[in-house]
Amino acid sequence: MPAPIRLRELIRTIRTARTQAEEREMIQKECAAIRSSFREEDNTYRCRNVAKLLYMHMLGYPAHFGQLECLKLIASQKFTDKRIGYLGAMLLLDERQDVHLLMTNCIKNDLNHSTQYVQGLALCTLGCMGSSEMCRDLAGEVEKLLKTSNSYLRKKAALCAVHVIRKVPELMEMFLPATKNLLSEKNHGVLHTSVVLLTEMCERSPDMLSHFRKLVPQLVRILKNLIMSGYSPEHDVSGISDPFLQVRILRLLRILGKGDDDSSEAMNDILAQVATNTETSKNVGNAILYETVLTIMDIKSESGLRVLAINILGRFLLNNDKNIRYVALTSLLKTVQTDHNAVQRHRSTIVDCLKDLDVSIKRRAMELSFALVNGNNIRGMMKELLYFLDSCDPDFKADCASGIFLAAEKYAPSKRWHIDTIMRVLTTAGSYVRDDSVPNLIQLITNSVEMHAYTVQRLYKALLDDISQQPLVQVASWCIGEYGDLLVSGQCEEEEPIQVSEDEVLDVLEGLLVSNLSTPVTRGYSLTAIMKLSTRFSSLNRIKKVVSIYGSSIDVELQQRAVEYNALFKKYDHMRPALLERMPIMEKTATNGPSETVQTNGETDSTILDTKHLPSISQPASQANDLLDLLGGNDVVPIIQTTVPTKPASAGGELLDLLGDLSLTGGPTPTPASSVPMSQPPFLLDGLTSQPLFNDIAAVIPPMTAYNKNGLIIEFTFERSNPNPNIAVITIHATNSTEADMTEFVFQAAVPKTFQLQLLSPSSNVVPAFNQGSVTQVIRVLNPQKQQLRMRIKLTYTHKGSPVQDLAEVNNFPPQSWQ
Amino acid sequence: MRGGAGGIQLFSMRFLLLFSRQGKLRLQKWFTALSDRDKKKIIRDVMQMVLVRPPKSCNFLQWRDLKIVYRRYASLYFCCGLEQGDNELITLELLHRYVELLDQYFGNVCELDIIFNFEKAYFILDEFIIGGEVQETSKASVAKSMEEADSLQETMEEYLNKPTY
Repeated sequence: MPAPIRLRELIRTIRTARTQAEEREMIQKECAAIRSSFREEDNTYRCRNVAKLLYMHMLGYPAHFGQLECLKLIASQKFTDKRIGYLGAMLLLDERQDVHLLMTNCIKNDLNHSTQYVQGLALCTLGCMGSSEMCRDLAGEVEKLLKTSNSYLRKKAALCAVHVIRKVPELMEMFLPATKNLLSEKNHGVLHTSVVLLTEMCERSPDMLSHFRKLVPQLVRILKNLIMSGYSPEHDVSGISDPFLQVRILRLLRILGKGDDDSSEAMNDILAQVATNTETSKNVGNAILYETVLTIMDIKSESGLRVLAINILGRFLLNNDKNIRYVALTSLLKTVQTDHNAVQRHRSTIVDCLKDLDVSIKRRAMELSFALVNGNNIRGMMKELLYFLDSCDPDFKADCASGIFLAAEKYAPSKRWHIDTIMRVLTTAGSYVRDDSVPNLIQLITNSVEMHAYTVQRLYKALLDDISQQPLVQVASWCIGEYGDLLVSGQCEEEEPIQVSEDEVLDVLEGLLVSNLSTPVTRGYSLTAIMKLSTRFSSLNRIKKVVSIYGSSIDVELQQRAVEYNALFKKYDHMRPALLERMPIMEKTATNGPSETVQTNGETDSTILDTKHLPSISQPASQANDLLDLLGGNDVVPIIQTTVPTKPASAGGELLDLLGDLSLTGGPTPTPASSVPMSQPPFLLDGLTSQPLFNDIAAVIPPMTAYNKNGLIIEFTFERSNPNPNIAVITIHATNSTEADMTEFVFQAAVPKTFQLQLLSPSSNVVPAFNQGSVTQVIRVLNPQKQQLRMRIKLTYTHKGSPVQDLAEVNNFPPQSWQ
Repeated sequence: MRGGAGGIQLFSMRFLLLFSRQGKLRLQKWFTALSDRDKKKIIRDVMQMVLVRPPKSCNFLQWRDLKIVYRRYASLYFCCGLEQGDNELITLELLHRYVELLDQYFGNVCELDIIFNFEKAYFILDEFIIGGEVQETSKASVAKSMEEADSLQETMEEYLNKPTY
C-alpha cells in the first residue's frame, strides 16, 4: 500500500483543476482513499489524512466521516497528532455533533499533561467550543490552571474560564478565589486575559460588580503605567504601549464606574489624561480615544469631561479617515438623546457628512441628522435633507422620506411649508415613499383646511407632469375627489389660481384609470375620486358613464366599486350627497415613527385605523349603514380594503377587553424626552391654525379630584375649547404623596359611545414622591350630544419595584364641563 | 452596553474569515456553534457584501445584528463579525496584528503561504485569540510559542515540506 499523498502535494494537485467538475473528481478520489485508510486503522498516516480532509472541508466538501479520527488523533501520544486532532475537533466537532462529548476525557488528561503546549491545545479547544456539559466536567481543571504561575497557561486558562462562565453562568463563583491577585501580574498576556475575565464576571453579576469595584485604583494605576512608561518594544504599536490592554482596561472601568459616584470620581483624572495625551495621528490612538469617549459617556463623569468627550467626537468627524468619521457618527447617535445640546453644536459638520461618498457614513449621518432636527433648525435642516433625498441612493430614499415626513409633522413652522415639503418629497422620491405614508398624508391634508385649495392645485399640477409615482398619484386623486370644486372655481389664495375646467379634471382622473402605469390601488382611488366629484361637479352624465363602464371591469376591486356607485346613482340617489360630502377632520392620537410603520404591498395598514375613532358620519337611515359597510366604512381608509379592519395591536385593544362596552382611546406611548408635548402641532378642529390649545376659556369650570387612592391623587382641571363648545379640554394632574416614585406611569381613559376622546402625550411617566412634582396630560372630549360625562380610567405604574394597576369610575364631573 | 445574564455576549467576536478576491475561503474560525448550512450562508452573504465594496470605503458595515469589520491585505480579505458593543477601531488593529504575526512567521507572507499552510495559520491564530478574545499582546511571545511548539513536531520534514508552487 503506497503512502497516502502528502498534504501540500494534494493542495497543489487540486489547484491545477481547471473546472469545478474536475476538482470534485479529484476530491472524491482522494476521499475514497482516505476512507479506506481510516478503515484500516492506519496510525502512521492518520494525521496526514485528517489534515487533507480539513483542507477539503474548507473548500466546502463534507468531512464528517473524519470526526472519530480526530478523536483518535487527540488521544495519540504524538504532539503532531494532537495538534491536527485538536484543529480538526475545533472545525468538525462542535457541540452540535453527537460525538462531541467523547473529547472530554482526552481534554481532561491533556489539561494535566507534562508539556505546556499540549495543555495549551486542550485549553484552547475547550475555550473555543466546549459544550456546557464539557465545561461543567472540566471547570475544576481550568480553575486549577488559573492559579498556576506559568503565565503561558494562566492566560489561556483565564479565557477558558470566560468561555466556561458564558456556557454555565452558575459556575462563576468557583473562579472567584483565583482572581485574587490576577492584576498583580507583570505579564501582559495574563493581564489582558484577566481583565477580560473580570469584565465577564462583572457584566453577569451585580454582586461580582460591587465586589470588584475595589479594583478601580489598581486598574487606574496599570493604565497610568502604560501611558507614562517609555517605549517598550515588546508591546508597542506606533508609539503606544499595548493598546489592546489599554482598551480592555478602559472598558472594565466603564462597567465599574457606571452608576457609581466614587468609582467614577476615582477614574476621572486618568480618563482626562488619556483623552488629552493620546496621539491621534494613527488609527491605534483613535481606537483608544474612542474607547475613552465611550467610557466617559457611560459613567458619572463631571460635565467638563463629558464636553471633552463630545468634542473629541466632533474632531473625529473632521478626520480624514473614514473609519473614524463613521465611528464618531455612531457614537454621537448614541449620545444625542442625553447630551442633545452638545451634539447640536456639531450639527453643520454632521450635515456635511450627508455629502460623504461612503455609503455607511451617509446612512449614519442621515440618522443623526434626523435626531438633531428641532423647532429651531427645521427650515435649514429640511433644505439639506431634501437635497439629500434628491441625490441619495435608492436604498436610502424610503427611510429618508419617512424621516422627513415625521420631522415635518413635528416641527413644521407653517401649514404651507408643511404641504410644500410633502409635495417636494412626493415629486422627487414619490415611488420610494412607504405605502402607509399615503393615508398619513391624506389625513394631514384634511386637517389643514385653509390650505385645501392650494394643496389640490399643486397636486393637480404635479399630476399633469408625471403620473408614474403611485403614492403621489394616490394622494392627488384623493384630494381632487375631495376638493375638486375648489380647483375648478379657482379659489387659491397662496398662489396664482389656475384655470381648469371640470372636463379637464375628469380627463386627468380617467387617464389614471386607463394608464398602464397605475396600480390597481391607484385605479381604485381615481374611480372613487370621480364618484365624489358627482356631488361637486355638474358633469353628472359623464361621471355616470365612467362608473357604469367599470361595472364590467376585469379587476374585481374596480368592478365592485363601480357596481356600488352605480347602485348609488340608481337606487340611493337621495343619499348620495350626504355620503359623498366633504370629509370631516380626522383624529390621530400618536405620531408614527418610520420604524413603526408596517410595509405591506399595496394594502395599507394606517395608524388611523389604530384609533378606530373616526368621527361618526351622520346616518340618515339604517340602509345607509349597510351601504357604508359595503364601501368598507370611512373613505379615509384606503379603499382597497374591502373588509372593515378589525384591530388588535395598541393599548386600546387591551383596554377594550377590560372595559367592555365603552368606546375608548388607549393611552399613547409618551413621546421621547426631547420633545415637549405642548409644542406638538395641536389637534386642529374647525380649521384653526397653530393656535395654542388653551387660548380662550369660555367659563371657569371648577377642578375636581377624579382619583385618590394609595397616595396617588389625580385632579382634573377644565377648559372649554373655543370656539367649539362641544369639546371639553381636561388636564389631569397626577401627584404622589408616598415616599417612593411611581415609575412607568400610564393613564388610560374610556368614555361612553356617544363621546369621542383624545389623549395627548403625558409630560412624563414618573410621578415623583412626596408631591415633588406632577405628571400632566391633556384629554380632549367631544360631546356632541351634550350627555352627562362619565369616564372610566385605568392606571398602571410601578411602585417600590412592584407593578400596580387600578380601575376607577369617574362620575363626579361638574355639570359645566358637559353642558 | 452590558451583557445580560442569559448568555448574551455584548463584547465578543462571532467569527473570523479569510477569503480571496475571487471569493475562495482560506480560513474560517467560528466562536459560536452553528450548523454547516448556517455557516455556509453567513460566508456567502458576508463575502458578497464585502467583495462589492469600492476600494476606498469605510471598513465597517452593519449586517443583521452584527458589525462587520474587514480589511484587504493584498489578495486576501480579513473579515470578522462583531457584536454591537465592540470597538471597531481596535478590531482593525487586531486584524493587523494577526497579519503581522503571519508575516513574522512566514516571512513576507502572501496568500499562497496561507493556502499551502493553512494549518499553521490556524495554529498562529490560536496563539493569538481564544474564544474570540485576545490572549497575548506581545508579538515576540507568540513567535516564541510557535517556535517551541513547532520543535515538538515529530515529523518535521512533513511539516516544513514546501513543494514548489
